[in-house]
Amino acid sequence: MLDPLTAARAQMEVSLGFHMIFSAVGIALPALMCVAEGLHLRTGHAEYMNLARTWAKATSLLFAVGAVSGTALSFELGLLWPRFMEMAGATIGGAFALEGYAFFLEAIFIGLYLYGWDRLSPRAHAAAGVVVAISGTASGVLVCAANAWMQAPRGFDPGAPFRSPMWLPMATHTVIASFVAVGFAVGGVYAAAMLRGRRDAYVRRGMTIGLAVAAIAAVAQLASGDVSARAVAENQPAKLAAMEAHFHSARAVPLLVGGLVDADRDEVRFAVPLPSGLSLLVAHDPRAEVGGLDRVPRGDRPPVGLVHAAFDLMVGCGMALLGVAAWFWIARLGDARRREERDPPRLLLRALVLSSPLGFVAIEAGWIVAEAGRQPWTVDHLLRTRDAVTPAQGVPATFAAFVVLYLALGAALVVLLRRLAARGSAGARGA
Amino acid sequence: MPDVAREEIVAAIAVLAVVAYAVLGGADFGGGVWDVLSRGPRKADERAAIARAMGPVWEANHVWLIFLIVVLFTAFPAAYAALSVGLFVPFHLVLVGIVLRGGAFVFRAHQAHEGARDAPAGHAPASGADGGEAGAADAFAIDSAPARAWGVVFGGASVITPLLLGMSLGAVSCAGLVWRAPLAAAIGVLAVATCAYLAAVYLTVATSGELREAFRVKALAASAVVAVLAGVALVLTRRDAPHLWAGLTSARAAKVVAAGVGVAIASRAALVRRRFHVARALAAGEVALLLVGWALAQQPYLVYPDLTLSRAAAPAATLDFVLATLPVFVVLILPSLAYLFSVFAPRRA
Repeated sequence: MLDPLTAARAQMEVSLGFHMIFSAVGIALPALMCVAEGLHLRTGHAEYMNLARTWAKATSLLFAVGAVSGTALSFELGLLWPRFMEMAGATIGGAFALEGYAFFLEAIFIGLYLYGWDRLSPRAHAAAGVVVAISGTASGVLVCAANAWMQAPRGFDPGAPFRSPMWLPMATHTVIASFVAVGFAVGGVYAAAMLRGRRDAYVRRGMTIGLAVAAIAAVAQLASGDVSARAVAENQPAKLAAMEAHFHSARAVPLLVGGLVDADRDEVRFAVPLPSGLSLLVAHDPRAEVGGLDRVPRGDRPPVGLVHAAFDLMVGCGMALLGVAAWFWIARLGDARRREERDPPRLLLRALVLSSPLGFVAIEAGWIVAEAGRQPWTVDHLLRTRDAVTPAQGVPATFAAFVVLYLALGAALVVLLRRLAARGSAGARGA
Repeated sequence: MPDVAREEIVAAIAVLAVVAYAVLGGADFGGGVWDVLSRGPRKADERAAIARAMGPVWEANHVWLIFLIVVLFTAFPAAYAALSVGLFVPFHLVLVGIVLRGGAFVFRAHQAHEGARDAPAGHAPASGADGGEAGAADAFAIDSAPARAWGVVFGGASVITPLLLGMSLGAVSCAGLVWRAPLAAAIGVLAVATCAYLAAVYLTVATSGELREAFRVKALAASAVVAVLAGVALVLTRRDAPHLWAGLTSARAAKVVAAGVGVAIASRAALVRRRFHVARALAAGEVALLLVGWALAQQPYLVYPDLTLSRAAAPAATLDFVLATLPVFVVLILPSLAYLFSVFAPRRA
């Protein structure tokens, strides 16, 4: 039997890990929908309308699951961490209230968008989609303020979350990550359709929109990642040291890629060192000093092995996606120069399919870096996780129930979305 | 103007959110209750009418609950913590209900819509007929095999969720947050019946002909059940929650409760006389007045007997922040909600 603290953390991880996928979709898929509908308004091409409608159907399924799993989280914050919410509710509540307004708008306009195809004028309908996209992004940005306050609290008034130095770096990184993940996932769906032999304009244009958004976001994420890393170095040195498995404070510190972390002996074995990499990353200076975990009391260190592995996974996914996006656009621009439209080579299509879930893997890994890297604190240096947990009995049982619930819901969704992906293309082929 | 404390203003806003959630979200749960209870040759048509009415608005209606929770933990964090610990089990069951209800509703709508595309000629939705997913989830498709499985989950979760939310609301008035106390259980069942009543009344406006008559009969039946259950709840209140009874019979709350009872009688009379639009407004007003009366009777307690409004309240800066954000709500959200409801309002015959 799990102890209550482990079970509570596990339930929070399952609930947030599940919800996060849908919130990322809720931020980015409406934007893709709007792009397709906007292109239809401008060009009149029927494929764009078909794409917008197919993506709207996916949004209707995914948004609802995101809304209800998000509701579950608003309760679970208190159900699992009542001492945290008692202490912090008055501080982070303001951010949640503003996020709630943004979410309210999103829920209202998604109803108008999804059910209003024939009740609104084309322009009003497209405008409703734009409101969904903007309010979805705004709610993501605002809720990040509450999390940023837990990472780097600055004061206790309701404006404090917006003064946390981690807010804008985290919010930007999270929003861009959503576009990366959704763009590549959409691109992968149409790459798979092409591999099955569909070569019509619907598939081609769907893939182009997905990969255009994905490529822009992936490049922007490089810059955002750099800003984030330096913000972490400045405000959460213990987390940075755990991300990089950096035990011994020194100058000209290498960046360790991979490796096996031995947190008891303060060692990393079999890692690939990039000379001066970490000093360059955090200070843009190859000889800069970087504080290590030796400056953090053992009882206050995050789980180094987990955080380091998750960080490498996140960065690895990001780099792989950048490479695939570059490959796609180089091939595409080559075609444009030769003034002929050819299908992407099969190897590239396979790479697009294989890499299509990596954006979501990166989101989950990045979230583990952010939250496991904050441990053992719920609120940095103010409240320990073990002091925040509920005294209620039965957390192992509710944890198990949520695992079953979300597995069942996730499985049902996958079945419906796979069918939608297949039909969306088939329907358009006939059109 | 008498001296009203900030926390009382914020609490009044929270009560309005409860009212909005009950009157709007409650009817969506009630739709699920009727989905379960539908029998006879019209059942598929009834289910399709419920799905059509809920489709565009249920997510927005659901946000009132999130809004309420956020106001609670922002403005009254101690009460939120106490409720989270004391109502650990019913709140978790509510969450399971909320997740299953929402998931099952959209999954069913999606499958019914896709099923309708495969339907034989004459059953398929006319292209673009009423647009969206559940709009096209017509009577033919809504009870097709895979859609029906989700329909069962949707209906079951629509009963369980308001039952447990009602029990939780009742528990707030029972010393020690005993959510399985008879009074709490009575409030839970009353909540389910009230949701069903609201849904049936609203659906008389959204339908016509035989279907409208069917919902009118359902509404009248539900209204009788509500009246009986409300009587039971009152008796139990007098026996088990003397502080709440004293509050209900105090001059301030009694007036509101009496008005609620009067409006309740009027809404039934309007139903009998087939004044459906009037009945809808009165039914919503009845629920709103009775909830406000309950809140006035419960005052000053948030959680009886440990937490009063002032003891549970957040610091003044936080309450001011919440109040300062209200113009955003009034300027952005309320007009948007009005637009949503006007776009999807049932067209008068």
